[in-house]
Amino acid sequence: MSVFQEAALVAGKDLRIEARARVISQQILPFGLIVLLLFAFALDPDRGVLQRVAPGLFWITVLLASLLGVSRAFSVEAENGARDGLRLSGLDGSSIFLGKAVALAVELLVFEALLTVGVVVLFDVRLASLPALVLGTIAATVGLAAAGTLYGVLAAGIRARETLVPVLLLPIVAPVLLGATRAWEASIDGVPGDAWPWVALLGIFAVLFVGIGMLAFGPLLEES
Amino acid sequence: MPLVVRLRSAVCLLGRFPALAGVDLDVAPGETVLLSGGNGAGKTTLLRLVAGLLPLHQGDGEVLGTDLSRDRRSHRRRIGFVGQDTGCYDDLTVRENLRFATKAAGASTEAADEALAALELERLADVHHGKLSTGQRRRLGLAIAFARHPDLFLLDEPHAGLDAPGRAYLDRVLARAAQEGRSVLIASHELELVRPFATREVVLTNGQAHGALPVAPEPAAALEPVETTP
Amino acid sequence: MSEPVSMGEGLMSPVVRRVFGVLALFALAALVVVGLFVAPPDEVQGDAQRLMYIHVPAAWLAYLAFGVTAVSSALYLWPRTRSFVWDRVAGASAELGVIFTGLTLLLGSMWGRPVWGVWWAWDARLVTTAVLFFLYLGYLALRRVPAALDVRAKRCAIAAMIAFVDVPIVHFSVTWWRTLHQKATVFNPDLNAEIHGTMALALWIGVLAFTLLYVYLLDLRYRLEVIEEDREERELEAAIADRVQGGMASPETVGVGS
Repeated sequence: MSVFQEAALVAGKDLRIEARARVISQQILPFGLIVLLLFAFALDPDRGVLQRVAPGLFWITVLLASLLGVSRAFSVEAENGARDGLRLSGLDGSSIFLGKAVALAVELLVFEALLTVGVVVLFDVRLASLPALVLGTIAATVGLAAAGTLYGVLAAGIRARETLVPVLLLPIVAPVLLGATRAWEASIDGVPGDAWPWVALLGIFAVLFVGIGMLAFGPLLEES
Repeated sequence: MPLVVRLRSAVCLLGRFPALAGVDLDVAPGETVLLSGGNGAGKTTLLRLVAGLLPLHQGDGEVLGTDLSRDRRSHRRRIGFVGQDTGCYDDLTVRENLRFATKAAGASTEAADEALAALELERLADVHHGKLSTGQRRRLGLAIAFARHPDLFLLDEPHAGLDAPGRAYLDRVLARAAQEGRSVLIASHELELVRPFATREVVLTNGQAHGALPVAPEPAAALEPVETTP
Repeated sequence: MSEPVSMGEGLMSPVVRRVFGVLALFALAALVVVGLFVAPPDEVQGDAQRLMYIHVPAAWLAYLAFGVTAVSSALYLWPRTRSFVWDRVAGASAELGVIFTGLTLLLGSMWGRPVWGVWWAWDARLVTTAVLFFLYLGYLALRRVPAALDVRAKRCAIAAMIAFVDVPIVHFSVTWWRTLHQKATVFNPDLNAEIHGTMALALWIGVLAFTLLYVYLLDLRYRLEVIEEDREERELEAAIADRVQGGMASPETVGVGS
């Protein structure tokens, strides 16, 4: 089987599990919406402020949700010795990485789509120029999913993994937060053209971390 | 004929503990080797080492032609490992788990369905893994290994948690493996249940292998109970 | 042939290390003299500007140590050069690096207060250094996770390389972000072209002194690591012998890793 076929197998497995367990829709999405609500409590819904910082709040919420998503992606593999199962399966490390990263990216995109509705409604945001926003969001999400999957496997066998992954992952994805927020701001309030350089940065990040992930996931899985 | 497993003075660590402190072991093609020994003797570690899941700290190790000190992965497709865990996902059904495992190994869905039938799991095919009993999970584990048609079976205490009908399936797998010339390395406390199938027995104590009982007489018919002399 | 138990084998002979130590001491003394007394106070900032003579060298070292960690990690991962020497260097350098990074941030803050009136400014370089600080912390947290030596080495080496690849991205994105929002060039605490004469001299002495200190401390920390590994190796051999004789050792008593 080719890397892509194997990856499709793994992604399909992860997405099927998610469809059954419904962790995204029943736990992570409510978490996201609650966080948005709490931001309003903290920042006082003087409509001006919330509207201006909405892109940042959105992406911070996505970042936090991605931590949950990563944790979930690997707790699934912690039951019943599934990591052993993956190692013994004969699947290539890069394929497993691609599959899990794609599945996580899909789940995050669904989450983001629904969260966007929340942001538009709660913070009265008007989405003006869409192409840069959508492409930027996809690039940012792929980068997040790739980096998250990478650190998820790195910490997979460690007892303190729930607290370790955030410490490791968040500084690494700081550029994603930066770029995605700027791209959103440009697409909503500013000059849409300004968003494209940030989208390019997000794209580079995504490609880079998919590459690193494909190389490093296998060796890391062996040791976990 | 090249040995399926060849270990010399193998040392294997669990963290800093030398679970295996110098093991010599040979498994020839078509052999069924019974690995016995007390708890903590290192049986599970030995099986995991052979599967390539643990690194070889010292000594030589070769499995199915692969040098373990250099490459722990290439031989895995030809191994059927049945441990205490199934490696399956609680939210997926028996059939879905089996299909995933077989496709991952490069086998076809037909092989999965065949294994489903051989271990008589059709009745449970659409039950979620999380709802299975221990005995049923063990059967699923056997089915997954079976579907891969491996050259070497590695079985870790497969009798644990199995009821009498379950044991019949296990016996069937062992008999069929012997028939098809596949090697089996089986760690077990249930010596009387395994001895009919074993061609050799190796005792493991304190991380070292000791001697081997003489080759057993022709294995009795798979499903007949063994008579023991008190 | 064997070293006395009190001192593990290091990256250099003890004599060379002591030479580095002595030179570092002299250079630091020179720095104090030149930086505090000989160099003139800045026209605008006054004596507060003298903090630059340790802030900039500290920053230099923060990035140097990081580079050393990254390169050693790469050397560890590359099969042909794989050796625990590189793992030890990476770990030792990271510990030094995090200290110098923290120092950079602290000094930057101390310098900023009298000059700009604020404890922190969102200047590109400071922000990147702050992210670097957190990358270091993550790496060190990873190093503290109990595991077999080779498992830990591989895991940490990969983490270090990922962080190394990430730093330019962080730097680039943050710099770009801040230049778009540039308020005033007064928020620029780094070398401006106007520095010359004794001020430049003080700066270079600072860089030299800190680098010498780094090399000295790196060797010391490295040796400590060697001593610890030797001890573990001896414990392992004892455990093997014990087990062979049918002893009472078990995974619980020896402390199996995660």
